[in-house]
Amino acid sequence: MSESIIQMKEVNKWFGDFQVLKDINLEVKEKQKIVVCGPSGSGKSTLIRCINRLEEHQKGQIIVDGNELSEKTKDIEKIRAEVGMVFQQFNLFPHLSILDNCTLAPIWVKKTPKKQAEELAMKQLEQVQIADQAAKFPGQLSGGQQQRAALARALCMEPKIMLFDEPTSALDPEMIKEVLDAMVSLAKAGMTMIVVTHEMGFAKEVADEVVFMDEGMIVERAKTTDFFANPKNERTKLFLSQIL
Amino acid sequence: MANINILKPTSANFQTYLYIGTGLIFVSIFDVFLRSFFNINFSTSLPGILNFFLPLIIGLIGFQMIRLEYSGNSIVDKINQSVNNNTFNAGLTLVIIFLTLLVIPPALNWMIFEATISGNTKEACAATEGACWTYIKVWFRRFMYGMYPNDFHWRINTAFITLIGFAFVGYLMRGKLKSYITFYYAIFYPIIAFIIINFLISGGSFGLEWVETNAWGGLSLTFIVSFFGLIFCFPLGMILALGRRSELPIIRYISIGYIEFWRGVPLITVLFMSSVMFPMFLPSDAFVDKLIRVIAAIILFEAAYVAEVIRGGLQALPRGQYDAAKSLGMGYWKMQIFVILPQALKLVIPGIANTFLALVKDTPLIFVVGLSEVVGMLQMAKTNPKWLGYAMEGYIFASILFWAICYAMSKYSQYLELKYKTER
Repeated sequence: MSESIIQMKEVNKWFGDFQVLKDINLEVKEKQKIVVCGPSGSGKSTLIRCINRLEEHQKGQIIVDGNELSEKTKDIEKIRAEVGMVFQQFNLFPHLSILDNCTLAPIWVKKTPKKQAEELAMKQLEQVQIADQAAKFPGQLSGGQQQRAALARALCMEPKIMLFDEPTSALDPEMIKEVLDAMVSLAKAGMTMIVVTHEMGFAKEVADEVVFMDEGMIVERAKTTDFFANPKNERTKLFLSQIL
Repeated sequence: MANINILKPTSANFQTYLYIGTGLIFVSIFDVFLRSFFNINFSTSLPGILNFFLPLIIGLIGFQMIRLEYSGNSIVDKINQSVNNNTFNAGLTLVIIFLTLLVIPPALNWMIFEATISGNTKEACAATEGACWTYIKVWFRRFMYGMYPNDFHWRINTAFITLIGFAFVGYLMRGKLKSYITFYYAIFYPIIAFIIINFLISGGSFGLEWVETNAWGGLSLTFIVSFFGLIFCFPLGMILALGRRSELPIIRYISIGYIEFWRGVPLITVLFMSSVMFPMFLPSDAFVDKLIRVIAAIILFEAAYVAEVIRGGLQALPRGQYDAAKSLGMGYWKMQIFVILPQALKLVIPGIANTFLALVKDTPLIFVVGLSEVVGMLQMAKTNPKWLGYAMEGYIFASILFWAICYAMSKYSQYLELKYKTER
């Protein structure tokens, strides 16, 4: 196996007096797919938001693709450009068409020529099967389409790592599948993925490992089959019995 | 007991009530109409207060008699719903109709039918009771151009026409040029405007005689001051708004300090300072024209207001927009320029329009430093010994001018709002 692309060592984070992350140790190797689950408020979202420094950790070390994240990190933008992220609320830019949403960052951050950026964007939109919506604005699309557009937008930066922050939690049930399908095919294409989700079906299908978090700590980390077949921790068992 | 109320219609006898009721309402309005237009008053024989309120009482009885829910007559239903749903509203309706009838004829008389516009002297107006528009006619050039020499008025006209021409250049930009449109309006256009005004209106070169800014005035000065005020206070306000939300404490505190300072002082003192105090701090050989100082003061002052309006828009944006832009690797400026500001500015168009209208209407205050735009010229004309006693005409003229300018701006802002509307 190759070198770890993400390393978190003894990461601690506080919001005021409240400690959200407690001594997090996590290593992710290239092309690994990790699902993070746990009850709400357990720090899952904060954990992955730390990986592209949307949240700052106060103690410990986070190394992404050989670069350590800290206040001294100069080119945080460069690291972020390599780490794509999909949000619960899609967060498309409502004043731009879907195509412009997808080409904005490649053109202005990666300096890709406009034409090339548009070709790439159309290719990505085709991958998630909304190429026909390219000229529309986000407000005109359904939730599932918006989330797939957001996925395409992140992929247009050709990231090495993809982070998913509860990508299906804000969707109507019938739209969840279309987004999960897009994520599954992305996983099969060999992307490194960290996914915060409650979709255990998805976890069983694509995840190499499952991480269970509670109260800011990683309670259990195991191979997917082991995790579901014989969870070790009592807290994990309880969680699984409630969610499955 | 309920049947005794003779004013209350029922569906059975509604037709009769309707005829009598509308008849009474008509009589009451007609009475006021006659009183106002022809000075005929039928009820003079009645004692004072009754005479005064008689139309109202008759009208109220009339409205009372037609007030029936689901009368079956769609017009009556509509009236009952909108203006006659209770006695108080019926009374208000009548009072408003009466007041309109009483005010309009004298106003029209004064402004149009008995007004004079002929002649060139005050004597032309002596014979009439109405408005003396001759006064406006005689002083028109002063109201437009101030004390600017009559022979050179073409220079102001040419300058403004050229500026309007350059303003439309943006519409002609197509294809590749289109991406430079913001640059054109934000940087290039103000520079062109300054050059044109400097060479054409101020003069002093190319064989054009120099006209000092003290002589500038009237509506053209209003335009010049507002134009530069609007064009520069907007970007400055934008920077201040971003500064106030910056994560860097120094920038944040400087912005807060700036905004709170300028919002805390009255414009009139700022203008006064700019003209009286500011030159004292300059080295003795340095000279900044009074008009430029005044415009700068207005820009600095209004920028603080614009900043707060824009900050409101910035705060209305969900945090997710920042997250998404950052996660795509955009730095601070790229994020602001392409993602945050376009959305925030769209949200604050009404607020910006508000501030801009206020700016235009604040321009008359420059009289405190001796510059006379249109209201200042009015003041001057009003106190001219040859034309004493026509202040009313002047103020009405100025009100119409300002109203027209501000209404046009307001309409334009509504158009922009529609144009940039996006669904969330």
